[in-house]
Amino acid sequence: MTPLLSVDAVTFRYGKTLACDRIGFDLHPGEVLGIVGESGSGKTTLLNCLAGRLQPDSGTIRYTRANGEAVDIYRLGEAERRFLARTEWGFVHQTPRDGLRMGVTAGGNVGEPLMAVGNRHYENIRHEAASWLTKVEIDADRIDDRPTTFSGGMQQRLQIARNLVTGPRLVFMDEPTGGLDVSVQARLLDLVRGLVRDLNLSAILVTHDLAVARLLADRLMVMRRGRVVEHGLTDQVLDDPHDAYTQLLVSSVLQT
Amino acid sequence: MTTRMLTISGLAKQFVLHLQASQRIDVFQNLDLTVDAGECVVLGGQSGSGKSTLMRAIYGNYKPTEGSIRIHHKGDPVELVGAEPHVILDVRRTTLGYVSQFLRVIPRVTTLDIVAEPLIALGTPEDEARERARILLARLNLPEALWSLPPATFSGGEQQRVNIARGFIRHYPVLLLDEPTASLDKANREVVIALINEAKARGSALVGIFHDQEVRDAVGTRTFDVTQYKEAA
Amino acid sequence: MNAETQNSARDHTNNPAPDHTNDPAHDPGYNFAYLDEQTKRMIRRGLLKALAIPGYQVPFGSREMPLPYGWGTGGIQVTASVIGADDTLKVIDQGADDTTNAVSIRKFFRRVTGVKTTEKTAEATVIQTRHRIPEAPLREGQILVYQVPIPEPLRWLERRESESRKMHAYAEYGAMHVQLYESIARFGRITTTYDYPVKVADRYLMSPSPTPKFDNPKMHMNPAIQLFGAGREKRLYAVPPYTRVESLAFEDHPFEVQEWDDACALCGDDKSFLDEVVVDDAGTRMFMCSDSDHCRDRRAAGHRGGAEGAAAEALAAMTGGTDDGSNKDRAEDWAKDREAAQ
Repeated sequence: MTPLLSVDAVTFRYGKTLACDRIGFDLHPGEVLGIVGESGSGKTTLLNCLAGRLQPDSGTIRYTRANGEAVDIYRLGEAERRFLARTEWGFVHQTPRDGLRMGVTAGGNVGEPLMAVGNRHYENIRHEAASWLTKVEIDADRIDDRPTTFSGGMQQRLQIARNLVTGPRLVFMDEPTGGLDVSVQARLLDLVRGLVRDLNLSAILVTHDLAVARLLADRLMVMRRGRVVEHGLTDQVLDDPHDAYTQLLVSSVLQT
Repeated sequence: MTTRMLTISGLAKQFVLHLQASQRIDVFQNLDLTVDAGECVVLGGQSGSGKSTLMRAIYGNYKPTEGSIRIHHKGDPVELVGAEPHVILDVRRTTLGYVSQFLRVIPRVTTLDIVAEPLIALGTPEDEARERARILLARLNLPEALWSLPPATFSGGEQQRVNIARGFIRHYPVLLLDEPTASLDKANREVVIALINEAKARGSALVGIFHDQEVRDAVGTRTFDVTQYKEAA
Repeated sequence: MNAETQNSARDHTNNPAPDHTNDPAHDPGYNFAYLDEQTKRMIRRGLLKALAIPGYQVPFGSREMPLPYGWGTGGIQVTASVIGADDTLKVIDQGADDTTNAVSIRKFFRRVTGVKTTEKTAEATVIQTRHRIPEAPLREGQILVYQVPIPEPLRWLERRESESRKMHAYAEYGAMHVQLYESIARFGRITTTYDYPVKVADRYLMSPSPTPKFDNPKMHMNPAIQLFGAGREKRLYAVPPYTRVESLAFEDHPFEVQEWDDACALCGDDKSFLDEVVVDDAGTRMFMCSDSDHCRDRRAAGHRGGAEGAAAEALAAMTGGTDDGSNKDRAEDWAKDREAAQ
């Protein structure tokens, strides 16, 4: 099976601090990889490197495009990389504000990626936007409302619809449930879980919440101080952690 | 000749507790076990002897320290020790089932959908998967009023039956059963015994932990004592 | 500009000391066209680049001008850089030659260049405009200079300049349709009437400045040179002659220009861009051409609208302007200004 993403020795420094130290892994089609670790472990930096938003100091990230061609994403020109990101990838930000246009209606937010790939038929765009609002459990009647009138959970679901409307193959998620109430989180997690399954999405998910990781991720990478200290099947890493830091992380979770 | 579904050889599992002065716990060493299609191997030994650990090691949930576990998957033997996560997930999706003692509840997902999920994951149409889930839940005497609720608030016995239904809705070639009857009454125990025997008859290879002698006698083909592999030193 | 005036302009710029001081209208206290020659040259280089990359915004070192930002400082600098002693200048604001802004800019250029001015579109070689394109078709050799407040068409969508520049660089313009989408979603049709975004030469997205979208089709394949200057934002851009200028639209909501049920009350034109005006204390409203030169031309040719009596007089007074651009007028104005200044 050809990996969708093949990451080799990715290193990124902030001055003297190593934020990512020779990170390598393969992501296969349909797989959801969780990256866990505490604040400052380098997980968000790594995610930005992988998503083509932050060029690593060294290392390669190879992506297999929908047409089967494998590309080194930082060898592509920026224009091509942005095109790739726009057509085959999604990026869900922790804060919906960072991923939405707050001054534009829900329909415009979901419709924009369609227009960006060349759709010029108003009614088709609107119809597709309404159908995606329903999929993320937002009443289609809210299509002409701005996200500023939405709750935090709705904003996050709108951001997810905006990311999935063009049918990406790979979605990057940065703490997608970060700012939400627990009850709202559960609904969002369930939604994301279903969408990943139904659309056969591959995803890379950064979270500090091990429960979120367990629910969504097939496998986990545990990061500490820029390095991967443990990597494996999600339930194996969480139920039989080998590294001292992972054991600490797992044992620190409040049980309910 | 029946198919050898599971071949375990030289398996060892040691836990190292870094948070407790790197204390080492040896659970078993040099463990060998084979399971054929149509067999139900009952794991024996006292509580704490490592039965559950072996079960979780087979499932890929615990990482063995050394040794080999090969499973007959899609016509070929596949090594599980050290396998890539996507290999283990593929084995779990099609070949290897596991009924644990505890149900991991997923927020908001209804009982019916939890039970139907393994079938849907294999590509069965959702309506058909739910219909089969209904049949199984009815057979396990779970009140129909509960089917549309998430099982988070169910009693232990009710959750256990949801778990069993989820494990038996698919006909896994290899099925692991960890105390599936622990919190069940006699009537439901009988249903589970029947389900296990049907699976055996279909040619599934089963490995189980049953603390109830009556169940052991009713389903077991042979007993495998884990205690003998407890580290001597 | 015709070929002759182009030559004279070039001569002028290549020779920094032409003698215009004999021109009674040119205040000798200022360099020709106010700006120093180096600045004009810098701006012309920017304009050449802008013409070479139609629709692309070229940054330039905008100078302080003797009037506030928002009053056309960008357009004035562009005009000052391209105008030559033999040019004939027309200045319009909202289509009219006699509004405060147009009058003061025209006066300014008379004083600092001594060039002829006109209100007749056909006679002008350089036309500086705020918010309109003349109704009369432009011809080769004419230059239309637009005053631009906000040159960035993506500004309302993307506030980060670093990001909007990338969007231009990579032609990531899908987002631009969001503006039109929003309009249809809210009002059932595209309600953007001014500053309606266009794509130039199938490449760059461009703001046509706050001209009514009525004028957008005039930009397309226009024989004249169209130059745009934004003083506060320090940007120049251009549409060379005979360049494709396409207004954005949806397949099922095509681009349409404004139409009026009325005709001009003075000249009866029902095809030109009309302004609605109040003509008396009773609040009587009438429509009249926004392009005052166009309206006068039509009336001179015998066309008449529906206005009669007092209303017609009031309207005609509004179109004002009897400026024939003669040197005599200019000399008098300049003399008065000098007196006032002393």
